Amino acid sequence: MAVEPDLKIELGKQGVFVTTLNELYNWGRRNSVWPMQFGLACCAIEMIATTMARYDLARFGAEVFRPSPRQADLMIISGTVTKKMAPQVVRLYNQMAEPRYVIAMGACAISGGPFKQGYNVLKGIDRYIPVDVHIPGCPPRPEALIHAFMTLQKKIEAQPLTGEARPRHLNAEAQGEFPVPVPSAHDLNPPVNRLVWPLPAPNPGESA
Amino acid sequence: MSATLHGKDAVLAEMGQHPAISAVMEKMPDALTDARWDREELTLTIAPEKLVPVAGVIRQAGYNFLEDVTAVDWFPAQEPRFQVSYHLLSHARKERIRLRVMLAASKPEVETITDVWPSANYYEREVFDLFGVHFAGHPNLRRILMPDEWTGHPLRKDYPVEGYR
Repeated sequence: MAVEPDLKIELGKQGVFVTTLNELYNWGRRNSVWPMQFGLACCAIEMIATTMARYDLARFGAEVFRPSPRQADLMIISGTVTKKMAPQVVRLYNQMAEPRYVIAMGACAISGGPFKQGYNVLKGIDRYIPVDVHIPGCPPRPEALIHAFMTLQKKIEAQPLTGEARPRHLNAEAQGEFPVPVPSAHDLNPPVNRLVWPLPAPNPGESA
Repeated sequence: MSATLHGKDAVLAEMGQHPAISAVMEKMPDALTDARWDREELTLTIAPEKLVPVAGVIRQAGYNFLEDVTAVDWFPAQEPRFQVSYHLLSHARKERIRLRVMLAASKPEVETITDVWPSANYYEREVFDLFGVHFAGHPNLRRILMPDEWTGHPLRKDYPVEGYR
């Protein structure tokens, strides 16, 4: 559906700007992704560094960190998610308005990291909410977060506005609310959200 | 002074003039059940039922600041199983000592020292949360780190190392 690049350049020389609605819409969306001001652990320090003058996330249109989930488009899970914190993370995600995106930043957020064998750490936030970009690292450097952000921009740019692959905010059937796990005797209940976590959970019988 | 002194008698023989030891031996000599001087650290083992008065005596002797309360689970090597440690600092002497009480597995309970050092409040809650040691008379003995719904005490040696997944 896109306009042919050569034709576009040729028309541009003549002072004619040609685009598609899809391209224009996604151009606007990808350059104004506002992250939520929300840090969980040491990765948050790198996230803060990314926004400061040296790395300057503002170059990508993401300088406005909103302190309210209602005004944010992007949740950066920056750090270890403990089983005590996981319900609050899912609740904050539920409170964000569509379109919303998630970057899981660092080893802990994507898998539990060095604390994976612990009794109190969630083994990856993708067990409860859909994650768009995972970045490894302990903690990832600001460059890595910028790379994740650019990857997310490419992902937004490539989203068609119609059809099966359209983003969730254009799909009335899409799930908006994700179940918030509740603390129970030894783990969170349920231990995973089956809708976003396709792999088998370890020892499903022992949870609850 | 020797590098290590094991046992109450050896410590009393060489360090009898130490302000904390002399204060305890003067006011309540039967409360001190064991002592050890090792790696420049003095550890006094106190009979659990006499902990609070001994803490008061040692505070009077100049050890004014409670730095830390923590615990060790010696399961299955030892009985009494639980050791609760109190680290004290004297600002005037610039010196630390450690008090410890040994508690049986059947009844891991000791009286709270929040009446002597109010700052012990959160430390004792933490020890209760993670080791299941009860502090009798504590003003607010609830879990502090784990969720309220949690069962079990994760730092006990018989708790599964990886939790219940």
